[in-house]
Amino acid sequence: MAETTTLAKSTLALSGPVTLATLGAVRARLDKAAADAAVDVSAVTRLDTAGAWLLSATGRRVEGGDEAQRLLIRTVGDAMPSAVKVEPRGLGQRAGDVLAGVGMAVGGFLAATAQSLGFLGVVMARLAATLARPRRLRLTALVHHMQDVGLNAVPIVALMGFLIGVVLAFQGAAQLRQFGAEVFVVDLIAVSILRELGILLTAIIVAGRSASAFTAAIGSMKMREEIDAMRVLGLDPIELLVLPRLLALVIMLPILGMVANLSGLFGGGLMAWIELGISPSQFRTQLLADVDAAQALVGLSKAPVFAAIIALVGCQQGLLVEGDAESLGMRTSRAVVIAIFLVIVVDALFSVFFAVWGV
Amino acid sequence: MQAETVIEVRGLTNRFGANVVHEDLSLDVMRGEVLGVVGASGSGKSVLLRSIVGLMTPSAGQITMLGTDVLGASAADRAAASVRTGVMFQDGALFSALTVRENVAAPMRERLGVDAKTRASLADLRISMVGLPPEAGDLFPAALSGGMRKRAGLARALSLDPEILFLDEPTAGLDPISASAFDTLLNSLRKALGLTVFLVTHDLDTLQATCDRVAVLARRRVLVTGTMAQMRAVDDPWVQSYFNGPRAHVALDVAGG
Repeated sequence: MAETTTLAKSTLALSGPVTLATLGAVRARLDKAAADAAVDVSAVTRLDTAGAWLLSATGRRVEGGDEAQRLLIRTVGDAMPSAVKVEPRGLGQRAGDVLAGVGMAVGGFLAATAQSLGFLGVVMARLAATLARPRRLRLTALVHHMQDVGLNAVPIVALMGFLIGVVLAFQGAAQLRQFGAEVFVVDLIAVSILRELGILLTAIIVAGRSASAFTAAIGSMKMREEIDAMRVLGLDPIELLVLPRLLALVIMLPILGMVANLSGLFGGGLMAWIELGISPSQFRTQLLADVDAAQALVGLSKAPVFAAIIALVGCQQGLLVEGDAESLGMRTSRAVVIAIFLVIVVDALFSVFFAVWGV
Repeated sequence: MQAETVIEVRGLTNRFGANVVHEDLSLDVMRGEVLGVVGASGSGKSVLLRSIVGLMTPSAGQITMLGTDVLGASAADRAAASVRTGVMFQDGALFSALTVRENVAAPMRERLGVDAKTRASLADLRISMVGLPPEAGDLFPAALSGGMRKRAGLARALSLDPEILFLDEPTAGLDPISASAFDTLLNSLRKALGLTVFLVTHDLDTLQATCDRVAVLARRRVLVTGTMAQMRAVDDPWVQSYFNGPRAHVALDVAGG
């Protein structure tokens, strides 16, 4: 610690280290000394920038010290920021700020929606152009993304479907047994998985898995100016980055939904056998008698729409990433939230549509 | 020159798969000197810097910094040693979520219990010492130019009054006027703060203007160390073409004449 002693009335002699670590003690000592007292630093063993700043800030005359210490004090004194204080920018200080905040949020939402519609339009136009000249399609990229979003997702999707089937059979059995209608557990499992749960939960898992991956991949390309490089080279980032991902997901999500359906039926059948004693052949007979293929087609017909939503949201959020790391994280989490939200909203619209249509 | 060695590297070997970057490399840095480290691209200058500051563990060898065995010491001892060093990364490596002032104050906040007002004043002092305008303190790194980012990175590296300052390509990407201003800044800070500087650079003008000694990294080790004048007399084709090449003549002639 810094030890300080007052030698004469007008001189304050400091000794020991005067550094950032001892700043508090030295400042207390300086505050107690007479206002016009000079400071003697001859006995100071170590002086750092913080110590020199303190001595300069008091405005006292500094005596003694070796050449290096005097040089440091002079350098710090020269660099002292001027007394003119820059006014800190305040936020939320005026009464109207809340109202302005609401307005900005609404405006921001409308602008983001318009931007998304614009993005959808651009992608559609590029897609049409590519379909007109199919040789422009990047087949390698397409297959790579199909493996990434499709094949590599099979284990998790299959496991999820299996567990959903198990849970439905188990819960359904407990209820249906009360009415002696155990055999209808087959209808329960088949209709709910084929029509709704299989594809919806697959879409949610893929949204969490692939929308975030698309945003992170395209976003980090944006941060490293790869997208700008493509533009100045006359390459179209939408054609190169967005279309392969979009097509890959549109092709693979129905297949993943099918995987979820099959493993769901398998899990449900297994549980029905163990829990209710419905044999596999009985399960098959009941399934074929009561549930037709239309149920599965209704479910799978939603898959391409869900796939397009997930791919477009993921890619668009990736292209909106700005220069810093924080915006990448914000966009990635936003991509997942928006994709899942839109998938559920569209699923609800599909339900209304199919009910009106009578399917 | 003082005899005290602050960094001692012995028998350093760095291997990435089959690619050997350093083999049995030894290097000493003395207190108070500015040591420039030069070498061809890919000769392992940045790897050497990262090994010394403990960002990567070398395959073999011993590194002693300020009396601490960098590789064998406990985490607490290493942290104590790293408080006494400052590193300026190539592009500043400022924290993008913090303003420049918060960036400069961050090491003080994490390492030492200093009150917020003092911290802000000391950060402003550093910002001013590295030649940034006072308004820069309120800006986020994304709003700074490349040269300002480097200066802000230097201000943060100086935040804890380090004894050793590591600079990774401090003048790369700067215009000649900013680069020579940086050289002047480095010289004045070094004199005022008594710094030891470990400088990785390609810039011959910076080497000429600031370095007491130059270490040449080639063929997986420190080929030769010495002053700039001695470098021109070294009998090695690479060193010859580096220090006697067409670009070198301009730097040395201007400095000499």
